[in-house]
Amino acid sequence: MKEIALHIMDIAQNSIRAGADEIRITLSESVTDDLLSLTIADNGKGMDPESCRRAADPWFTSRTTRKVGMGLPLLKMNAGLAGGEMTISSAPGIGTTVKATFGYSHVDRPPLGDVSGTIALLILSNPSINIVYSHICEGTQWSISTREIKDALGEDAVTDLTIVRPVREIITENVTGIRNFQTGYDKY
Amino acid sequence: MEKLKSLADLKRIREEAKVKLELRVKGDNPEGLVQVKVAMATCGIASGAKPIMDFFVEELDKRGIGAVVTQTGCMGYCYAEPTIEVQLPGQEPVVFGFVDRKKADEIIEKYIKNGELVEGIIPVNYEKID
Repeated sequence: MKEIALHIMDIAQNSIRAGADEIRITLSESVTDDLLSLTIADNGKGMDPESCRRAADPWFTSRTTRKVGMGLPLLKMNAGLAGGEMTISSAPGIGTTVKATFGYSHVDRPPLGDVSGTIALLILSNPSINIVYSHICEGTQWSISTREIKDALGEDAVTDLTIVRPVREIITENVTGIRNFQTGYDKY
Repeated sequence: MEKLKSLADLKRIREEAKVKLELRVKGDNPEGLVQVKVAMATCGIASGAKPIMDFFVEELDKRGIGAVVTQTGCMGYCYAEPTIEVQLPGQEPVVFGFVDRKKADEIIEKYIKNGELVEGIIPVNYEKID
């Protein structure tokens, strides 16, 4: 995975497969603290402690289509390479939360990539799941959710292909807005 | 064009464009839509499935083809990623492998528009993959 955005896409698929109806994706960036943290929390079926412990093992997967599962191991590796770490907390019937941290200015931290486009595609592809994206920059937060889009534009609006471009634009504009013209941030 | 900042902006613009949208919605019935599913598991994403999904979302809209584009999990053809499943209205789904932008363009122009088969089909089961 070459971008944080691709990790978001990837880990969110785990939540979708776990039957979640709400996925909260939070990206928090701080140049001041030199920290980037990504949290993906779902209310899916969760994992028992044994599965949770083995989830970051590439040879462990709940799939039957193949014998390996690289999503979480790759995220763990990338976080580790950039001076951060990945933690998973999960409880059966409650859901799973994956958190990864990175040194913001670390030379090996993957670039953010197309985060707004990724969120727009997740919203389009999963109309029955409430995707909540929050972006925090130096403590200032901005969010958008499938629920809000449905409330503003109607239930069917999120399955229309034409939703992707404007949603991407709204996210990019607002995230750029809360960055408050400070320097040192990734292209968003 | 002004930049969109909020859902309220989007709602206003949509209402202005409503006439156009309604025309399109009336032309489409849900069964008449082309369904494109992009395999979006780790293997697919690492091979560039996201830009391919972006391409389909953008181009199908631009070329005025009524379609639903969604994601699916790994279909077990990790060696052939990015893979996509295309189902034309009333037909069995077909899976294509090694889909890059050039192949995606060919799939839209030949298969989706004219029903002409193009190279790169992965012969799979004859059941729908969900």
